Amino acid sequence: MSPTSTPTGSTDAAALRAAMGLGGTDNAALRTFLDGLPAVDPVGVEARATQLATRSIKKDTKRALIDLAISMVDLTTLEGADTPGKVRNLCRKAVQPDREVAGTPSTAAVCVYPDMVAVAAEAVAGTGVKVASVATAFPAGRSSLEVKLADTRLAVEAGADEVDMVIDRGAFLAGDYATVFEQVVAVKEACGDARLKVILETGELATYDHVRRASWLALLAGGDFIKTSTGKIAPAATLPVTHVMLQAVRDLFDLTGVQRAVKPAGGIRTTKDAIAYLVAVHEVAGPQWLDPHWFRFGASGVVNDLLLQRRTQTQGHYSGPRYVSVD
Amino acid sequence: MARLAVAKTYKLYLGGAFPRSESGRTYQVHDTKGSLMANAALASRKDARNAVVAARSGLAKWAGATPYNRGQVLYRVAEMLESRRADVVELIVRSRGVKAAEARAEVDAAVDRIVHYAGWTDKLSAVFGGANAVSGPYFSYSAPEPTGVVAVAASSASPLLPLVGAVLPVLAGGNTAVVVASQADPTVAVTFAEVLATSDVPAGVVNLLTGDQAEIMPWLASHGDVNGLDLTGVPADQRVALERAAADTVKRVYSPRARSGGGEPDVTAAPGTARLRAFLETKTVWHPVGAVSLAGGSAY
Repeated sequence: MSPTSTPTGSTDAAALRAAMGLGGTDNAALRTFLDGLPAVDPVGVEARATQLATRSIKKDTKRALIDLAISMVDLTTLEGADTPGKVRNLCRKAVQPDREVAGTPSTAAVCVYPDMVAVAAEAVAGTGVKVASVATAFPAGRSSLEVKLADTRLAVEAGADEVDMVIDRGAFLAGDYATVFEQVVAVKEACGDARLKVILETGELATYDHVRRASWLALLAGGDFIKTSTGKIAPAATLPVTHVMLQAVRDLFDLTGVQRAVKPAGGIRTTKDAIAYLVAVHEVAGPQWLDPHWFRFGASGVVNDLLLQRRTQTQGHYSGPRYVSVD
Repeated sequence: MARLAVAKTYKLYLGGAFPRSESGRTYQVHDTKGSLMANAALASRKDARNAVVAARSGLAKWAGATPYNRGQVLYRVAEMLESRRADVVELIVRSRGVKAAEARAEVDAAVDRIVHYAGWTDKLSAVFGGANAVSGPYFSYSAPEPTGVVAVAASSASPLLPLVGAVLPVLAGGNTAVVVASQADPTVAVTFAEVLATSDVPAGVVNLLTGDQAEIMPWLASHGDVNGLDLTGVPADQRVALERAAADTVKRVYSPRARSGGGEPDVTAAPGTARLRAFLETKTVWHPVGAVSLAGGSAY
C-alpha cells in the first residue's frame, strides 16, 4: 500500500488497522469487524458508572482535580448570535478564567464556528490556549463530502489547531459504515497537522453497542479524539456512554500501544459532574489519560462552577455566580 | 390483624422538592415524655449551599411577580395552613407538651400573621416609597425593592409562630429565603414547608433546612450569594461572629435585641414593620421636570 496519498488515509492509520486485523475498508470488512465487537452490558456499565460517580473526593485531591478540570475545558460558544466581540471575550476568559484568584490555570482551548476561528486565533495567539473549530456541516452533518471538506479547510486555513467533525449518523445507523469511514479519513487528510475530534452524537446512536462500534470506526479511520456530542441534542454526554468510549481507547492502547483522546461534551454543568468524569477517566482508561492532551470537556457553564468551587477551596467560604463572568 | 402505623420521614425542603440531606445524616426528635417522635434530616453546609442556589434561581420569578399576585399567593398559604390545623396542633402538643388550647392559639396566631403579611405586599411601595420633595427642577421617587436571597435562623421560642413571623415578611418584600428551622421542632417546620409546597409559592422561594443552626449559619453568613441575614434565632453570644462574616459581603443583617429579661425576642407581640423594612432596598429615581422650568426658571 502506497503511503499518505491513498484514499484510505495515512500509513499510521493503515498500520493501526492492520494491527487490529481489519482486512479492508469496504462495508463488508468494516461490518465484519464492527459487528464482531463484543456487546456492551448496559446494566453493568450503568451500574459501574453510577458506583464510580459516588466516590468521595476531598481536600487536596479535590483542589488538584478542579485545576485539572479547568485546564481540560474546551470553552465553547456555538451560537448563531456569536459576534467577534463575544468570541474575543470568551478567549480572554479561556486565557485567564479567574482574574481575581492567582494561579488559576488556562483552559485547554476555545471552540468556535469556522468563520470565528481567525478572531479566536488572534485573541489567543502566544498564550498556549488552542483554537478548536467545529466543521463538516455541524451539527447535523447533512451535506456532501465536498462541502464538509471545504468547511474543514476554512477552519484549518484560518488557524484552527483542532477540528471537531460530526459523523453522518444517518449513514451509520443505515449500516453504511464505509461512507462514515471514508468521510472521517477525508476530513483527517484535510486537517493536516490539526488534531481531529470525531463527534459520534451518541444521543442519536440509541444503544451502547452503536457507541462502541462508532468509537472503533472513528479510531480506526484516524480520529485523534472521539467526542460524545454536539451539545445540540439531548441527551448529550452521559457517564455510561463516556465509559464505553474510554474502554475503546483503553482497548486500542492495550492492543496496539497507540493512545487516543476522549472528549465528552454537553450536559456537564457542575464540579461534581466534572470530577465524576475524571474518576471515570482514571478508573476506565488510566492515569495517563488525566492530561489535557488526552481528555477534554466540551462545555462552557462548568467553568464558572469550577471557579466558584476553586474560590470556596481557597477563600474558605462559598461564592456566588455574581462573582464570575456570565459567559 | 393489628395495623402497623406508617412513620413519616421528615426531610429538607429545597427548590420545591423534599430531599434527604446530602450528607445522609439524621437526628432523632423526642417528645416531652422522651419517646422517639421522628427522625429528621441533619442538614450539612452543602445542603445550605444547594439551598442558596435554589433560592437564587427562585428569585427572578418571585421578585418579578406583581405585589398583588404575591399577596394572593401568601393568602393561599394561610388557607392551606388553616386546613392543616389539626396536624400542626397535634405536633405542637406532642413536641412541647403544651395544652391543646395553647397549641391551637399558636396556629391561629400563625394563620393571622400570614394574612397580615399577605395584605402588606401591595402597600410596601406606598408606605416605604413615594415622591420626595427635592429643591430643584426634578421629580424624585423612591421605590422599595427586594434585597435578594435572605438566610433566616428561626427562633425556637415556640415551634410555629417564630418561623412564620420570620419567613413571611421576607417573602412579602419579594425576597427568597433559606430558613434554618429550630433544631427542636423540625416536624412542625417541615409540615409548614408542606403547606408552602401546596400553596402556589414557586419552587425555590422558601428553602427549609433542619438541623444545627450553629453548624449551618456561619456558612450562610459568609456565603457570597446571600444578600440578607435574619439572626433572630441565634443566641446573642454567637451573633457578633456571624455579623462580622456577613460584613465581608455587605449583607443586610436583621438582629433584633433580646428581651430585657433575657431570652428570645417576643414573637407574639404585634409584628410592626421592622422585619419588612429589614430586607427592602430603596431605589430612587430622579427625573427632570421638563422644559418649562429650565427655560423660564419660573416658580415650579
